[in-house]
Amino acid sequence: MQAMLPYIINGISAGGQYALIAIGYTLVYGILRLINFAHGDVFMVAGLVMVYATTSLPLYLSIPLVLLSTVVLGFAIERAAYKPLRSAPRMSLMISAIGVSYLIQNLAFYLTGGLPKPVTNPIPWISDMVTVLGASTKRVTVVTPVLTLVLVLVLVYLIKNTKIGMGMRAAAKDFETARLMGVKIDSVISFTFVTGSFLAAVGSILYFTNYPSVSITSGALPGLRAFVAAVFGGIGSIPGAVVGAFIIGLCEEIIKGLGYSTFSDAFTFALLIVVLCVKPTGLFGEKITDKV
Amino acid sequence: MKKALSILLCLCLVCGLLAGCGQTPAETPEETPADAAPEDAAPEDAAPVEDESGSENPVVRIGVFEPQTGDNGAGGKQEILGMQYANYIQPTVEIGGVEYDVQLEIVDNRTTAENGPSAAAELMNRDVSVVLGSYGSGVSIAGGAVFEEAGVPAIGVTCTNPLVTSDCEVYFRICFLDPFQGTVLANYAYKELGVTKAYTLAMLGSDYDQGLAFYFKEAFEALGGEVLAEDFPEGSANFVSYVNNAKAAGAGVIFAPVSTNYAQLIIEAAAAQGFEGCLLGSDTWDNNMVVESAKGKDVTVEITTFYQEGGNPEFDEGIKAWINANPDALTNNGGNDMVSAVTVMGYDAYFVALEALKAAGSTDPAAVLEALPGVSYTGISGLIQFDEIGDAMRDQAYIKAANTETGSWELVTVQGVE
Repeated sequence: MQAMLPYIINGISAGGQYALIAIGYTLVYGILRLINFAHGDVFMVAGLVMVYATTSLPLYLSIPLVLLSTVVLGFAIERAAYKPLRSAPRMSLMISAIGVSYLIQNLAFYLTGGLPKPVTNPIPWISDMVTVLGASTKRVTVVTPVLTLVLVLVLVYLIKNTKIGMGMRAAAKDFETARLMGVKIDSVISFTFVTGSFLAAVGSILYFTNYPSVSITSGALPGLRAFVAAVFGGIGSIPGAVVGAFIIGLCEEIIKGLGYSTFSDAFTFALLIVVLCVKPTGLFGEKITDKV
Repeated sequence: MKKALSILLCLCLVCGLLAGCGQTPAETPEETPADAAPEDAAPEDAAPVEDESGSENPVVRIGVFEPQTGDNGAGGKQEILGMQYANYIQPTVEIGGVEYDVQLEIVDNRTTAENGPSAAAELMNRDVSVVLGSYGSGVSIAGGAVFEEAGVPAIGVTCTNPLVTSDCEVYFRICFLDPFQGTVLANYAYKELGVTKAYTLAMLGSDYDQGLAFYFKEAFEALGGEVLAEDFPEGSANFVSYVNNAKAAGAGVIFAPVSTNYAQLIIEAAAAQGFEGCLLGSDTWDNNMVVESAKGKDVTVEITTFYQEGGNPEFDEGIKAWINANPDALTNNGGNDMVSAVTVMGYDAYFVALEALKAAGSTDPAAVLEALPGVSYTGISGLIQFDEIGDAMRDQAYIKAANTETGSWELVTVQGVE
């Protein structure tokens, strides 16, 4: 048990990071029935902004700047690439998402000169070393799961108890009817993207403090794993995404710990296939009912 | 109206595309030396007298096949710096009694083997007489097939995998090979560091990583040591569990012959996990970004490489002045004027190419190919001569350690294999 402990701590931390990204996928899917392929790249951009901001600005300015610019980016993507396609077939929306993803990657390519950017000024307190139950690690590993759970609770509270949250639930249940009932659908969708991007930015700060190098494809793998986590937990469900992310993060690290590091990714995706075969809607997914 | 607008938009895009194709990106290497150093920067003996781009001389083109983007982009850029500096020092060459201007044709092979062939083909289209590069073995192997088909000789600068030259008639190289480098490291770990258990970490699908890890394992086990070998998939960022595996296995060294980007992450993870052994690196680790990331951390990093700064003070001084006078070069070198071994190798490779051109007496690639095996040149990094496969005969590697207080490399020893 003592030998497995570092892997478990690390797995929970990785799970927390995936959870923050996975919520972005699941929220957008819940309302628009769209897989937002650009989400992983939004995550990467947040990391890049962090690299540049922390080297030139004091901490109390750089962190808000990262959060704000990511939120603005998420909002802008929705307005520019998804809103004009609201009445188009869903496939067009998906293609647009893929386009946005490549656009962001290539813009980042030109900005960074295609080289991975190391995080030279990590955020102080969370990048300090601590010892947890005899295992040495960075403080961010311990902070991540706690912060993730707090943010998820706040989000669930928002969705349950505020007007905009009610709008989100209504839009998720039935998009057209919600619109007919006077829900301001555009602002609800914008709010969804803003929330998703905000969480991705928080995840990005934690992730790149832990693994301090940002390349233009840095968002791809965490994005993909978070997407798998969202599907695994039942896409559209927030608790599902969180639980799915923690399971995937843990499995991955434990498999590496057992000495099968080569297969850690293969296992993640094999797990996804098995779950989808046995329970197509995921762990917490709602039953699909045909709306007539 | 809407239709007209969309047609207009399409036309704009198409025009943009065509304009992009027509542009010759060849100006970049030219202008770097031209607007580069102030008068005092040039070493007295080799200051170029005329560097007019409008000179009457015919032009000989040397292709530069290097990664400028992707995982190896940083290393590739440093290698190019060496060639650009060499071109600045010696911008002309006398071939068959005629003075030629040397023009570097630089293409970006983007680190990965998939992009190698198209970048190599691009060089062939630009009519180069000889090719220099690449940093990274996988992409060199991929490009080699194209060079061979075109009959253009290539001089590998720091691609250390044996397959680069053994499978390709036209590939030569000026650096040592992985069986040698792996053995040097294994000997060093076993005999000097007194380690009996080692852990190797390589990227899946990388010829360079896998080759070097294999040779290290072979040599280390032959000495009587034990090796645990693991791989990680491309794009990994989380190396914490790998370091934990090394700790759990009781390994005294982690040998990771990986790209600079991963090297930084591995150092970070080893520091975070409190790994007490030594991190062993290969020639790719000889990069100021790597040593920068070890600065202020509680880690031991030791590497093998081709050259140690200070080996030739005159050269060091000249290139430092050139780098500092040129903001682009400074950025490409990672923001400071530390002289990387790959830069020195790039510099030597350029002069080997000039020697070959002189010996060939022609700019025809076939003649250069014929002349190359006979070339013998003493560069900054030592004597360069080729054996029958086309590999440089080298029997020494520099071992350096990172000084985590000052953030610089320090020479430990110069080691060969007995």
